[in-house]
Amino acid sequence: MVIRIRGLENRFGPHRVHEGLDLDMRRGEVLGVVGGSGTGKSVLLRSIVGLRRPNAGRIAVFGEEMTGIDEHRRAALAARWGVMFQDGALFSSLTLRENVEVPLRGVEGLDPDTRRALAELKIAMVGLPLDAAETYPAELSGGMRKRAGLARALALDPEIVFLDEPTAGLDPIGAAAFDRLMRDLVQALGLSVFLVTHDLDTLYALCDRVAVLAERRVLATGTLDDMLAVEHPWVRDYFHGPRGRAARRSGPVAPQGR
Amino acid sequence: MSIKIGTTAGRPEIEISGSLGLPELEQARRRFAQIPFAPHATLDLSALQRLDSAGAWLLLTEQARLRQEGTDLTIASVPPHALPLVEVVRANLERAEPATRPPLTVATLLDRLGRQVAGAGTFLRDLLGYLGIFTARLLGALRRPRGFHLTSLVHHCEEVGLRAVPIVALMAFLIGVVLAFQGATQLRPFGAEIFVVELIAISILRELGVLLTAIIVAGRTASAFTAAIGSMKMREEIDAMQTLRIDPASALILPRILALVITLPILGLVADLSGLLGGALMSWAELGISPAMFRTRLIEGVEPIHVVVGLVKAPVFALIIGIVGCRAGMQVGNSAESLGRMTSSAVVTAIFAVIVTDALFSILFAQVGL
Repeated sequence: MVIRIRGLENRFGPHRVHEGLDLDMRRGEVLGVVGGSGTGKSVLLRSIVGLRRPNAGRIAVFGEEMTGIDEHRRAALAARWGVMFQDGALFSSLTLRENVEVPLRGVEGLDPDTRRALAELKIAMVGLPLDAAETYPAELSGGMRKRAGLARALALDPEIVFLDEPTAGLDPIGAAAFDRLMRDLVQALGLSVFLVTHDLDTLYALCDRVAVLAERRVLATGTLDDMLAVEHPWVRDYFHGPRGRAARRSGPVAPQGR
Repeated sequence: MSIKIGTTAGRPEIEISGSLGLPELEQARRRFAQIPFAPHATLDLSALQRLDSAGAWLLLTEQARLRQEGTDLTIASVPPHALPLVEVVRANLERAEPATRPPLTVATLLDRLGRQVAGAGTFLRDLLGYLGIFTARLLGALRRPRGFHLTSLVHHCEEVGLRAVPIVALMAFLIGVVLAFQGATQLRPFGAEIFVVELIAISILRELGVLLTAIIVAGRTASAFTAAIGSMKMREEIDAMQTLRIDPASALILPRILALVITLPILGLVADLSGLLGGALMSWAELGISPAMFRTRLIEGVEPIHVVVGLVKAPVFALIIGIVGCRAGMQVGNSAESLGRMTSSAVVTAIFAVIVTDALFSILFAQVGL
């Protein structure tokens, strides 16, 4: 179990986003987190990676309690996960390659040439052309920025990757290519993936398990087939709606042999 | 991690056990450098427990390096858990052709210089273009007052004019105080204290009042214009206006610059008055020149033309500040960084342009004998 959440509570003033939320994520799985707007998917992600201190409850990552952990331990743990933000969240004053090099700068005794080569390797691995490495984020399209954000998240070969809406704002072809890329990388790097998404195609293409957030907690977890049997209005509408049916027909993407 | 280098029948055999990844990279590279030369060598990975992409990169680049030196390194028995990773890294290394930068030569330096000069030319032409846009929209608004954004004009007059009054008045007051104090110490040895009135009045009315007001307004308002228009540009609001058939120049640029043109002379007048007030107070305290005497001396000794010479510059400064600020805002790209860069460049350019224009005015007034 790489992530274990018990009794999580998040409040914004009088408004409760999470209350008594429990969730587990296993090693090596791709866990999709879905839910309507405002059900706190991103808040959950931010709570796990430590960008938000929950009002109550316990979060353990790699078996270590995250609440009240000292900064050194936290930093050591943070090196074992990578976060890809919605629009890449690249540093706009750095080139793409320098962006990917940022996490590598924290590694002691790594000479600049090696750092540069490793950054270029990661840029190639996420499917970006190498001449893009010297461009600035503002010059790139949204899809390329997302890939670059992924390259930065993967720079230290993390064990868990958190993806926040990885395919939002991409055209269907770009989104499908991203799904395929993730599938390949999950297999090659042995990643565990915490995936927050709205995109049913991505869910069917990537996820081993799905967690549905509703009514301030995790309403249901299980495989996509399990979800079809859940009797809850939102879950029914989501998975049995026309888009859900279409995504189900296309199914998972085949891992590409390279 | 441990790397064992052995030799079987003259053929080096390297065995890596444990974990090979980013933390062990440099140590592993040093070990690889110790491999003795031989036409063939074997790398045994069967005891490898963990491999990350940096480790895989090292193995493949070292293999390539050894091949160049004439050693054919065979990578044998890759454990199944590491196999996909090695394949992915190999596939991407083949694609990775490092980009080369063009070398820095005299030609590229000359090229850069030429571009900068040309850029300065375009910049001036651009400013002239915005002056043209402003004039055209102003004339259009005069001909057809219905389409004029009056609310916007009043709002900006409050923002750039009324709200700047305290800082401008305080600044000018202190300048008056400083002038009186400095003038007093310089003039007293000659017994010419009374001339401090002329000193204060002429320097504030002709130059300092308006110039310093313009500099403060450039810092306050040029940056505010750039930031406001630039952030609208960044969020495509200006594009949205165009698709809705709202003219961004009439809606954004005209009210802002016009507000500056209207309020900067008033601010200059405020600065003049409060500078004289500061000077008079300091003269009274330091030199014993009573306010009544200061007033008489002021009316008798200082010609009103000095006020005109000072204030006539204000609308010109206002135009410069407004145009520089609005143009910089329209130049903002789609990154937050360009917004910051354009904002600070707007302030620097506006202040610089104001000072240069002031110098040109001095020459002009000297020529016409004012």
